Amino acid sequence: MKIVVCLGNVPDTTTKVKFSDGAAFDKTGVQWIINPWDELALTRAMELKEDAGNLVSSVSVVTVGGKDVEPTMRKALAIGADDAMRVDAEATDAYAVAAQLAEAIKDKGFDIILSGIESSDYNGSMVGGMLAEMLDIPSVSAVSGLNLSGSDVDITRDIDGGKEQVSVSTPFVAIVQKGIAKEARIAAMRGIMMARKKPLAVVPAAEVESLTEFVEFELPAPKPPCKMVDADNVAELVDLLQNEAKVL
Amino acid sequence: MSVLVYTENWDGVFKKLSFELVSYATKVAEMIGTSVTAVSIGDVADDELNRLGTFGALKVIKVEGNTNLDNQVYTSILAEVAKAEDAKVVVISHNNTGKAIAPRLSVKLNAAVGAGLIKLPVSTNPFTVSKKVFSGKAKANVVLKTDVKILTLSQNSFEVIEKGGAATIETFAADVSDAKTVVKDVQKQTGKILLNDAEMVVSGGRGLKSADNWGVIEDLAEVLGAGTACSRPVSDEGWRPHEEHTGQTGKIIAPNLYIAAGISGAIQHMAGISSSKCIVAINNDADAPVFESSDYGIVGDAMKVLPALAEAIKEAKNK
Ligand SMILES: Cc1cc2nc3c(=O)[nH]c(=O)nc-3n(C[C@H](O)[C@H](O)[C@H](O)COP(=O)(O)OP(=O)(O)OC[C@H]3O[C@@H](n4cnc5c(N)ncnc54)[C@H](O)[C@@H]3O)c2cc1C
Ligand SMILES: Nc1ncnc2c1ncn2[C@@H]1O[C@H](COP(=O)(O)O)[C@@H](O)[C@H]1O
Repeated sequence: MKIVVCLGNVPDTTTKVKFSDGAAFDKTGVQWIINPWDELALTRAMELKEDAGNLVSSVSVVTVGGKDVEPTMRKALAIGADDAMRVDAEATDAYAVAAQLAEAIKDKGFDIILSGIESSDYNGSMVGGMLAEMLDIPSVSAVSGLNLSGSDVDITRDIDGGKEQVSVSTPFVAIVQKGIAKEARIAAMRGIMMARKKPLAVVPAAEVESLTEFVEFELPAPKPPCKMVDADNVAELVDLLQNEAKVL
Repeated sequence: MSVLVYTENWDGVFKKLSFELVSYATKVAEMIGTSVTAVSIGDVADDELNRLGTFGALKVIKVEGNTNLDNQVYTSILAEVAKAEDAKVVVISHNNTGKAIAPRLSVKLNAAVGAGLIKLPVSTNPFTVSKKVFSGKAKANVVLKTDVKILTLSQNSFEVIEKGGAATIETFAADVSDAKTVVKDVQKQTGKILLNDAEMVVSGGRGLKSADNWGVIEDLAEVLGAGTACSRPVSDEGWRPHEEHTGQTGKIIAPNLYIAAGISGAIQHMAGISSSKCIVAINNDADAPVFESSDYGIVGDAMKVLPALAEAIKEAKNK
């Protein structure tokens, strides 16, 4: 079985967000990381490969982006991915990214395609499902558990109000969330050394369209200061919640 | 021409979420000068379907017979109905089901998606929506460039509006037999208020020190009729189930009231709850960052403040 993880490159979650002229995200001084859910997906893929009973032959990663995403991809190789593929295109919107990914992976014989539930910058939750539709294969969303036994796939997905155990035949896209792996792996020194020699292929961009355009960004108005209430006078808080905030 | 809205049901029953969606679709329909058609998949009684009319749907299309979510089957059904109804806008929830279907439908209909919206479109020409980006740290205006648009609406972000109309019900025959996802087992959460549905939430962090101390959270939640939540370390420690963890990597919720006790207010935690209408922080450290993003705060020991608060609320309710 061959697994591929769609890897997003996003600003570190503690980044102070700024925009130049309100029209573009200001990248100066930003630390880039693997999108948190994609990192969990990669971790689970590595765990599945390490258990020889699962017959996973390789774990690849693929990212759509310019040369500046390569350090993030090297991190994935250091964590343990066997090879990486960068689609040399600007990630303009979810549809364009999915279309680039579909072109890049369609003939490569991947059995399991993993994507994260959301990228932490543009928060779309769209790429994984779009990719599955473009490839005309099943997708399972909100996946919090993925196990293999031979060629059987056993998935746990969250539904609103519970969980379901589902099975699906390969190839498919699993859109993963928290729970898929306990904690994201970090690269060890040996991994970092080895990553330098692992293949990172650059594939040319396909001709694709974007369906949306980000035209303007805005920072939220600063919140008014927090009203403090004395710990010995919680009745005052109740009064405020009832009569000022009107939420009780 | 129409605005189509996918109304999800739970064992044949609609929830507030479904009515939020119809109310939202009705407003969007007014903006573009058309009417609302609701779609329902699964076995729902006509009495229940009729309720959708009250919130503005003129027509309800029911597709019976299928209950398990198979993303491809659901997408095909919605695409067929959207074409038959000449839908210009399709409204879907931004919950687990919506996130599973909307992207596939986008490809099938060549429709741009405005994802995770919290308010009405900013303009209809060009069709522009406002969405949160960077996990709530900013907002963006996004132009949807295609003829047909899909809007996914975040839960609890749009007021339910009762208009008191009636809808006609039509049956739509669709082939639902070709499911590729086989559901082998379902574990439903019972008896508890689901976090996503809760209008009030009481949440605990590492400051509560141990799983054994959760009684104070549960007692207050019970007095309020609230759901319970926690920070990530709490669910990582196994003090609480992972479904309760809110934040950037957990659930994103927008209740009317969120009470955070023993939570420091890390940016990743706040990302999941910052859309709450009112945030109350209880922390024994006056400098905890959580106070910066809260509306009301109490500096004190959560183990004492929470029970006192529960008492005070009981008293106020009895007045
Ligand atoms: C990529 C990434 C994603 C993350 N995603 C999430 C997420 O989705 N959700 C999330 O919650 N975290 C997330 N985190 C973790 C986050 O950064 C914080 O570490 C976490 O939120 C802290 O949890 P806490 O507030 O419960 O604990 P702490 O930070 O340890 O805070 C405990 C607080 O309790 C107070 N306290 C102690 N005793 C008492 C008492 N007796 N009474 C009252 N107050 C008391 C302390 O003053 C302190 O402020 C993420 C981190 C990363 C790097
Ligand atoms: N530029 C990208 N390259 C590769 N995968 C991506 C890219 N952007 C998003 N993804 C994948 O799509 C998922 C959901 O992203 P989104 O739809 O943007 O919220 C992410 O978790 C990644 O797995």
